[in-house]
Amino acid sequence: MSDLKKPEIRIGVFICDCGSNIAGYLDMKELVEHAKTLPNVVFVQENLYTCSEGGINEIKTAIPKANLNRVVVASCTPRTHEPLFQSACEEAGLNPYLFEMANIRDQCSWVHQREREKGTERAKGQIAMAVAKAARLRELSRIQLGISHRAVVIGGGVSGMAAAMALGNMGYETDLVEKQDRLGGLLNDHNIVLPANESPAVILNDLKSRLESNPKINIHTKSVVTKTEGYIGNYTVTLNENGAEKSVPAGVIVVAIGARVLKPEGLYGYDGDKVITHSELEALLKQGVPPAKHVVMIQCVGSRCEERTYCSRICCMTAVKNSIILKEADPETQVTILYRDMQMYGVENEDMFRKSKELGVRYATYDPKQPPVVGNGQVRVFHLRMGKEISLPSDLVVLSTPLIAQEDAPDISTMLKVPLNANGFFLEGHVKLKPLDFATDGIFLCGSARFPSNIREAVSQGLGAASRAAIVLSKEALFTSGIVADINPETCCGCLGCVDVCPYGAISYVTDRGVCEVNKVLCKGCGGCAATCPSGSARLDGFSNDQIYAQIEQALAG
Amino acid sequence: MSNGEFEPVIVGFLCNWCAYAGADLAGVSRLQYPSNLRTIRTLCSATVRPDQVLKAFQKGADGVFVGG
Repeated sequence: MSDLKKPEIRIGVFICDCGSNIAGYLDMKELVEHAKTLPNVVFVQENLYTCSEGGINEIKTAIPKANLNRVVVASCTPRTHEPLFQSACEEAGLNPYLFEMANIRDQCSWVHQREREKGTERAKGQIAMAVAKAARLRELSRIQLGISHRAVVIGGGVSGMAAAMALGNMGYETDLVEKQDRLGGLLNDHNIVLPANESPAVILNDLKSRLESNPKINIHTKSVVTKTEGYIGNYTVTLNENGAEKSVPAGVIVVAIGARVLKPEGLYGYDGDKVITHSELEALLKQGVPPAKHVVMIQCVGSRCEERTYCSRICCMTAVKNSIILKEADPETQVTILYRDMQMYGVENEDMFRKSKELGVRYATYDPKQPPVVGNGQVRVFHLRMGKEISLPSDLVVLSTPLIAQEDAPDISTMLKVPLNANGFFLEGHVKLKPLDFATDGIFLCGSARFPSNIREAVSQGLGAASRAAIVLSKEALFTSGIVADINPETCCGCLGCVDVCPYGAISYVTDRGVCEVNKVLCKGCGGCAATCPSGSARLDGFSNDQIYAQIEQALAG
Repeated sequence: MSNGEFEPVIVGFLCNWCAYAGADLAGVSRLQYPSNLRTIRTLCSATVRPDQVLKAFQKGADGVFVGG
């Protein structure tokens, strides 16, 4: 192609009937005739189903035959069908980014089923807009990236251990980074794990021996991650292991830093002796059942309050579990649980709840506006059902405190550029569709780092995160989307406006040249930089200003 | 649009990940709405420049909708 003369733009328009989904509500003949009148359009074809094998072949045949260098398909939504049509173009030798769609089904024929004429007018407009944009499309290329087929798992609790084990078993070299001197996290402090009634040592020893015997897994205890650089497939993670710095490559990073138990300083006379937390009770239970004869447990201590609005999910079952252990050790022990609502999800937990009642554990609701008062060997509480204050003798008070976010969660969040929620836990990419992924590619999360989880959930999430990570690691190479931002260094004045708005940290300031530059691998193509740039130097390929302007003009040309 | 009655034209900038998907869902659900809208897909509502909104008004839009 000569630089002196721009090649003629030749657009082919394929208009889909979608059976009767489009053809049943719009005047297809009129759409075809109208499309033929549009500038640069040299070929128009109506298809019964453009996405069928026949339709795809018609595109692939027309491109060389009519010498097309742009393709427009007027059919359903690009959200589902753009990749299919793009690959048809690619197979016919056309750059896939010289393709555009007009949405005349989901956003036209289906929503204007009783307005044939007006719906047809809208479809004509949407096709004209797509054609105008297509004429301004440029060839774009995907960037191929190599991958480091290794993983780093941050956090050696039960969730991180499960993730590392799964990745190691799949054959990927995995670095498991634990800040304490032993693996296992919170599970080390537990007494008994339900529903199997197992000692946590059984689970821990099993996981540990599998990790240690797998040559693919490198365990780093007394280690913290101090720095991460790079992007999906190509991270460099710097560790401080026992005072010594070292760097490891990683294609993916799994965040499994867990959570910690809230110490209820200043609440209900907490003293760690006569007023303790459930984790402290479990530490005592490991040595033997404490001699207390009157035990009162208080739920929702430091949770579901103004400071921490969330329910920690796992404290109710912990309290019920421990109440059963006390009752079974000595049926004469009085155990009363003061609660607001019992969160006993699942059949096994409900069974456990019923069993505790059969054993004689007493339950009483309290109103957070009139919380129990602990002191002088008794707990006084306003009993909601009886409508009066009662006094319970107590030689041991056990407080159910929530799991709270780790102290180093903000540092890791900043380092990896992944978000935290209002309570300081890590925020997944999508609560239902991407529960184990971050919005940033190549970084995954599991366990209580995300939200308080029980052991089974922590393990499941660890295995799940490993599977998600393996989707990346199992690839030979990665391709980025061609739809990325670009900054013209000739006109960029280095104001850093784009750096501030980029949610992916994809733009950096090049000090020696005084301009901003896009890392096309990190860029997700949101175009925030293009909208912010005061000099118009930042542009989003595939959604550039001239293309949008052309669409606006066509939208209002009718 | 030629019968003398006022038919506004509305230009909608729809974010691919939410509003555009919502407009698709309206179709899948067969919700019926007036056909005066012309939609432009963007990859984020943040990519809509103020001058694009002004451009739409300048070219005769009666309303501009930014969904994101």
